[in-house]
Amino acid sequence: MENRTDKNSYTILFAIAMVVIVGALLAFTASSLKPKITENQRIEKQQNILYAMGVNNNDESSASFVSTQEAADLFSKYIKKQLVIEGANVTENSEAYLIDVKKEQAKVKSGGVRRLPLFIGEKDGKTFYVAPIYGKGLWDAIWGYISLDENMVIQGAYFDHKGETPGLGANIKERFFMDDFIGEHVLNEAGNFAGVTVAKGNADPKNENKTDNEVDAIAGATITGDGVTAMIKSDLKLYKPYFDNLKNN
Amino acid sequence: MALLSKKDSKLITDPLADNNPITIQVLGICSALAITAQLKASIVMAVSVMAVLAIGNVVISLLRNIIPSKIRIIVQLVVVAALVIIVDQVLKAYSYELSKTLSVFVGLIITNCIIMGRFEAFALANGPWRSFLDGIGNAAGYGLILIIVGFFRELLGSGTLLGFKVLGDPIEKTGLYAIGYENNGFMLLSPMALIVVGIIIWVQRSRNKALIED
Repeated sequence: MENRTDKNSYTILFAIAMVVIVGALLAFTASSLKPKITENQRIEKQQNILYAMGVNNNDESSASFVSTQEAADLFSKYIKKQLVIEGANVTENSEAYLIDVKKEQAKVKSGGVRRLPLFIGEKDGKTFYVAPIYGKGLWDAIWGYISLDENMVIQGAYFDHKGETPGLGANIKERFFMDDFIGEHVLNEAGNFAGVTVAKGNADPKNENKTDNEVDAIAGATITGDGVTAMIKSDLKLYKPYFDNLKNN
Repeated sequence: MALLSKKDSKLITDPLADNNPITIQVLGICSALAITAQLKASIVMAVSVMAVLAIGNVVISLLRNIIPSKIRIIVQLVVVAALVIIVDQVLKAYSYELSKTLSVFVGLIITNCIIMGRFEAFALANGPWRSFLDGIGNAAGYGLILIIVGFFRELLGSGTLLGFKVLGDPIEKTGLYAIGYENNGFMLLSPMALIVVGIIIWVQRSRNKALIED
């Protein structure tokens, strides 16, 4: 019994129609929603930066940003300066927070000079230097914001990821992991850059030793943890000359 | 229940036990391994799969008479992928927080074999309403196993449930930990999900001998 849907011509027409309809539908959804999505991402960056310097709605155990409505106001209130470091030049740029760290990293590969954004915030008389970092986890991109004081001691950290395994690597954006970074030294005792290693078999699970350049890893999330270690090492290191300068002046 | 005929309500209750997609049909194992380290992730995944499977089943069922049989698998894949991506985009625009929680599940939903399995085995041969019920039923059966596995893995692996420290604090040594109890870190690794699913299959088949294959 030959069915009309078994014909080759029908199959081809169906396939063409399906591709056109689905393609148009997806393109329409993507382009009509794009402005709203970009706006959401912009607000999220502000929330992330504020989070790293301790401006957030955290309760006892869970991490929570300032509300999206307040984000813009609080961002201009707390962030005093947005700098772009380009080699030895330091310029102010009120849109430095929109710099795409991933694209800047790619620039270095093609021989360019990477622009490093740095946000200087003030809260309760304390100055915070917030730097963005970007790297690779197990499945996809991971990134974060680290706030430092003048001596490159971590004052706050925020991590996020695109697609790490829920319950394992995805836990890098949980308080129990991010809070471990607070107070950790990025420099070693000699004053050289050492970063912070997400260490397995850490002898210090309560994280009492803040000068060991180590925090406790998440069980079952080794590769994601190594990604965090690597992006801190490679990206935060680039800010060291700025902090050296800060001290000398 | 007068709401559903006996035949229709079987569509919902069968996949919960005697025709469970995970323990009997052994579908959807990959996502069951990946996301059951925590109860919360299991619940989110169960709900998402239910939404996608119910809607996808209805769409495929409506199209069932015009889909060319030679390329039906491709059509099914396109339908589920388009559906999931559109939902993800809309959430990103209007409910950004929720989309951040769900986005990691998107890839896992599209590749979930239960979804393709139900499209192929049921929606292509049945009407939209029955397909809808079949989607709900199978997703519930899948979700049930996910939640059971998630419950044990989080409880024994991290000593928490939904993030609450139900067994005491392992670092401060309170509760159970005071008498020398330790979390089993092995529970957090994927192989343990397989072992927990295996135990469920064993329990289920020893209670209902009819399920044992030769």
